[in-house]
Amino acid sequence: MSEAIKSWRSGPGSSWGNLLHYSHRVVPLTHRFAALPDSSPLLAYGNGRSYGDVCLNQDGVLLATRGLDRFIAFDSVSGVIECEAGVLLNDLIELTLPYGWFPPVTPGTGFVTLGGAIANDVHGKNHHRVGSFCNHVLEFELQRSDGTVLRCTPEENREWFCATAGGLGLTGLIRRVRLQLRPVPGPWLGGDSRRFRSLGEFFELDRVSGGNYEYTVAWLDCATGKSHLGRGVYMRGNHVPGREPVKSRLPVRLPLTPPFSLINGLTRNFLNQAYFHRPAAEQSAARWHYQSFFYPLDGILELNRMFGPKGFFQYQCVIPEAVAERSLTEIFERIAGSGERSFLAVLKMFGRIPPLGMMSFPRPGATLALDFPNHGARTLALLEALDAITVAAGGAVYPAKDARMSQDSFQQYFPNWRQFKAYVDPAFSSSLWRRVTQ
Amino acid sequence: MRRILIMGATSAIAEATAREFARRGDALFLVGRSAERLQAIAADLKLRGATAAECHVLDARGMDRFPALVDSAAEVLGGLDTALIAHGTLSDQAACEASVETMMQEFATNALSAMALCTLLANRFAAQRHGTIAVISSVAGDRGRQSNYVYGSAKAALSAFTSGMRQRLHSQGVRMVTIKPGFVDTPMTVAFRKGVLWASPATAARYIVRAMIKGTPVLYVPWFWRPVMAIIRAVPEFIFQRLRL
Ligand SMILES: Cc1cc2nc3c(=O)[nH]c(=O)nc-3n(C[C@H](O)[C@H](O)[C@H](O)COP(=O)(O)OP(=O)(O)OC[C@H]3O[C@@H](n4cnc5c(N)ncnc54)[C@H](O)[C@@H]3O)c2cc1C
Ligand SMILES: NC(=O)c1ccc[n+]([C@@H]2O[C@H](COP(=O)([O-])OP(=O)(O)OC[C@H]3O[C@@H](n4cnc5c(N)ncnc54)[C@H](OP(=O)(O)O)[C@@H]3O)[C@@H](O)[C@H]2O)c1
Repeated sequence: MSEAIKSWRSGPGSSWGNLLHYSHRVVPLTHRFAALPDSSPLLAYGNGRSYGDVCLNQDGVLLATRGLDRFIAFDSVSGVIECEAGVLLNDLIELTLPYGWFPPVTPGTGFVTLGGAIANDVHGKNHHRVGSFCNHVLEFELQRSDGTVLRCTPEENREWFCATAGGLGLTGLIRRVRLQLRPVPGPWLGGDSRRFRSLGEFFELDRVSGGNYEYTVAWLDCATGKSHLGRGVYMRGNHVPGREPVKSRLPVRLPLTPPFSLINGLTRNFLNQAYFHRPAAEQSAARWHYQSFFYPLDGILELNRMFGPKGFFQYQCVIPEAVAERSLTEIFERIAGSGERSFLAVLKMFGRIPPLGMMSFPRPGATLALDFPNHGARTLALLEALDAITVAAGGAVYPAKDARMSQDSFQQYFPNWRQFKAYVDPAFSSSLWRRVTQ
Repeated sequence: MRRILIMGATSAIAEATAREFARRGDALFLVGRSAERLQAIAADLKLRGATAAECHVLDARGMDRFPALVDSAAEVLGGLDTALIAHGTLSDQAACEASVETMMQEFATNALSAMALCTLLANRFAAQRHGTIAVISSVAGDRGRQSNYVYGSAKAALSAFTSGMRQRLHSQGVRMVTIKPGFVDTPMTVAFRKGVLWASPATAARYIVRAMIKGTPVLYVPWFWRPVMAIIRAVPEFIFQRLRL
């Protein structure tokens, strides 16, 4: 097949940012009883919803895990579900929601596998209440290249549990997962949304909201000039009773990558301003279906393609609370001065529940996620400058969204990496891991 | 609720099809070679809504055990009205050229075993005057090609066999569905490079279930293979023999 057709297809070998086009040998896994292929370097590939190279393994083997998509057991009384690691969060919800159970933590897309959720120890809008994904994992099975299979729980094989949670897929293949779900009264969320005019207002809103709302998140206006820096819309919600709507929405597709980016100054400013000024930005009794509340971007499949063939970078950092306002302001000013602009900016306060993973990203503070169309060296220089601010603040950058951070930055953000190295399976590696450790 | 026997239940296409049936609340009897894999699939299908999902370990070449197999399926499910025959191997053409024994084995797996099972099922369904049998043949059976004519001719045998059987059973209230997939992304085709013509097992399964419920005589999966194969069949043999397909 021609190259054009190859890049038309997403799937094992590509990641969400559309930045990197590596060659791999893809080995689809179809059941959970097989031995690992006898070659290296190996890396599990979930659903490729990471943005950069954490799920890539240039010139190596990708174990495509989407074929491990069987449910094993579900107890609708206790809300404990056991399934293979390639099951998507969306499919899990479809099975369990009718019984009143929902994932305890969900990222901003339902198209992630359970294995991917563990390997990046993903977080959601309720981090301040419940911590990150692995805080709710009861057990998983880890297959190592030497043939051993380890049953890991927070007690049994604890050190392997903690290395694999947030372990970037490097400790082996997760084949099976047992997860504690949380009860919900139905598919609906209720809450409100408020405009805020400055970062100070954001922190104030967050202080008064965290206790009453399980889910909190803010969207920042990226169209503003210096005078409005840090204005945006704050959303907060809780699960509320209500029936499933009769009609489920079919997602829209973006089937082809347009030859140029649909994201430019004009569309970005227009959309951001429209979002900020629309009447619904200030709602007192809002009601959302869980899909539009948790997965607003999943309504357009392959939304990532709108950035065009050059792809885009995400930048997600966490900044300790004490210096958050100052560092975030510095970040905004740096971006404003660079000529580069983020299309979407999301801000959220992480809570204090410690993650179990030795390499987990979440830690107390403010986390900011940005995305930048790829303009080559210019964009990279900006991201490097943002890293300098994050490093100085004692923060960290999220590997799931990274395609470029330097070795030095990584090793400062994740000081446990040396200790973690002992748990990395000798036959496993990733493009990211080689980039930040060699 | 349908009571369905699936031969080759660990096949990717068969499993995806079984999930569609499970969602509808049907009862399933799964036949395959690997007990642990069948059990994993059965547990999953029950969680997805299957009224029953029972496993039976049998190699399709063990044709002498088929009468007991069919009896057991009917007994366990409390009757039997639907069957999907899905097992198959994408024969190694070169090996089949080099060895008569290999060639005959491939033919037995892909054609004779399915024909044997169809014969038993047809008699049972004709006697009860209702039922649906679906057999997965292939577009490869529409014309023999040098790259895989052993596999292709076994599938051609299945297509002709099921066509005749369809006529025989029509007046007896029994439906026979011949399924001809084109390219489906499954373990059978891992070695192939995938492009736009490829369908996922889940997509194939939706077409298959619809055809089995309606009793569609011949289903191309997806539909565009029907005109494509019509063209390929229309190429005169004196030209076809020179082509590299
Ligand atoms: C629109 C969007 C919104 C997002 N929002 C959030 C958010 O709010 N919070 C957040 O935390 N993240 C978020 N993400 C990132 C996403 O949740 C993570 O990147 C997630 O890990 C992707 O899962 P995946 O199944 O696609 O795994 P992949 O991206 O394919 O792989 C991710 C990692 O998991 C490893 N892995 C996958 N399966 C296994 C396995 N079976 N065994 C061992 N290792 C395995 C891989 O090796 C790799 O290291 C978002 C992504 C998108 C596209
Ligand atoms: N994929 C395609 O593009 C394509 C195209 C046209 C037609 N088809 C047909 O579709 C059907 C399903 O194939 P698939 O694509 O889903 O591939 P698959 O996943 O490889 O399934 C093939 C199945 O056949 C089973 N099988 C092989 N020999 C057997 C034997 N002697 N006894 C019992 N079971 C046996 C295999 O069992 P094990 O799991 O135990 O090995 C496997 O479950 C086949 O008939 C195939 O010819 C496929």
